[in-house]
Amino acid sequence: MAATQLMTTEQIRADFPTLRRQFNGRPVVFLDSGASSLKPKQVIQAEEDFYANHYANVHRGIYQLSEEATDLFEGARERVAAFIGAPESRELVLTRGTTEGLNLLAYSLGAQLAPGDEVVSTVMEHHSNQVPWQLLGRRRKTVLKHIGLDDEGYLKMEDLDRLVTDRTKIVTVTHVSNVLGTVNPIREIAEAAHDHGAVCIVDGAQSTPHMPVDVKALGCDFFAFSGHKMLGPTGVGGLWGRAELLEGMEPFLGGGDMISEVHLQESKWNQIPAKFEAGTPHIAGVIGLGAAVDYLSRIGMDWVQHHDEQLIARAMARFAQMGDVRLLGPKDPRRHAGVLAFWLDYAHPHDVAQVFDDSAVCVRAGHHCAMPVNERYGVPATTRASVYLYNDEGDIDRMFEAIEKVRRLFKP
Amino acid sequence: MYQENILEHYRNPHNKRKLDPAHVTQKENNPLCGDVLEVYVLFGADGKVAEVAFEGQGCAISQASMSMLTDELKGKAMDEVEAMGADAIQEMVVVPLSPVRMKCATLGIKAVQNGIAAYRVRHPGADAGPEAAGATSK
Repeated sequence: MAATQLMTTEQIRADFPTLRRQFNGRPVVFLDSGASSLKPKQVIQAEEDFYANHYANVHRGIYQLSEEATDLFEGARERVAAFIGAPESRELVLTRGTTEGLNLLAYSLGAQLAPGDEVVSTVMEHHSNQVPWQLLGRRRKTVLKHIGLDDEGYLKMEDLDRLVTDRTKIVTVTHVSNVLGTVNPIREIAEAAHDHGAVCIVDGAQSTPHMPVDVKALGCDFFAFSGHKMLGPTGVGGLWGRAELLEGMEPFLGGGDMISEVHLQESKWNQIPAKFEAGTPHIAGVIGLGAAVDYLSRIGMDWVQHHDEQLIARAMARFAQMGDVRLLGPKDPRRHAGVLAFWLDYAHPHDVAQVFDDSAVCVRAGHHCAMPVNERYGVPATTRASVYLYNDEGDIDRMFEAIEKVRRLFKP
Repeated sequence: MYQENILEHYRNPHNKRKLDPAHVTQKENNPLCGDVLEVYVLFGADGKVAEVAFEGQGCAISQASMSMLTDELKGKAMDEVEAMGADAIQEMVVVPLSPVRMKCATLGIKAVQNGIAAYRVRHPGADAGPEAAGATSK
């Protein structure tokens, strides 16, 4: 790995105040970043500085404070757009998160679909990339089809050839599975979509925090992501889309800022991205997200990716020595993007997470908002450990200490 | 949380079997964690609970709480069972539960109560006993 590391993991950890918390007398081990990441002090300070020193609404005031706020806001947009390789920052719509981005597309792009048109998705999608397309089907009588998964958690690419046809208008797929960790071959999927005149949408909620993302190289048409999983605040995220496609779409929400003219019976829309940003945005959140991508850029996403891979590899090697565990997803730790879901034969995931909590180890237990994935692999729920740049080898070892505790309690 | 009474009921659950015939058969699940319970209730001639049994799978809290409940409910009138809230379940399991784990612990009583509600719809006047209400167990 040619990644340059300017900071040690120890220095990185010092930037995250939550890591100073202790529970039951032990320092917290946070292995739930797949759900939401912790925040570095730089992000917290950026928001505080905005509220304390530069606060005003954006895009409206003629006074200097409002201009400062607008500059901070639009400056953050530019840096976030650059972070994902967007050719132009006006192609980045600022949203509440991935869920809003995908719903926006299902609504505004979906409005162009006719009854019988097909949307192709996959069995591994998060509910936020399933349900909006089901709702579209109810509104417009579109047909939803799913690419299946093989036993190891990879997409069945033969399904892609079979399901994507000239009837397909949208192919929507996650970049990284939030349960399996599988990194999907987006370029190949986007090419298949384009061969049939369909657009390709990518759910980047789990990839953007963990690997370098370049939407140009991915070849997709839309890319949605969340700020809170990548060190940013909650309630903010982005939807990148090709300018000509965004320009051809109807607005999602109506209100202030998204119009150029309003009359009593009709209105004209503002330019992109404002057309899709009705109402006062989460200004502080966007500024915080800007600070988050600054932080990640400084460390380098190559380094983050490599770091996460090494921790997952360490966990998988430890699990390999145990006979009574089932791991979900690819066998190759480099295809896991920081996520590892497992099933212990002798204890329910809720009980596992509860015993972990006694040892101050935070993991997620449940279906992870991807119930069809659980169904596919025949488990009612799993325990999911997810790592990030502030985790270290000691965190993984603490998790295995906690697994020993679970075994002592539950294994007869 | 995993004190001996919980673990004992989890490892060796009471009345974990299908009850056939039964007056009440009700399935309940907790979609957040994948816990599934199917409960069976048989009433005596006096309309009180004579037997409770269950099948299912899930976390130690949901399974242990259900197991305890099969003992706890015996001899109770329908309205007594219906009056049982989260505090009654907390008292029964003893170990203090967080709000999230209370949902696991109350899955069983929820199944029983929903089953009784459906039974009442089918058999008005059921409090006087299954015979008076014309209910046959099946």
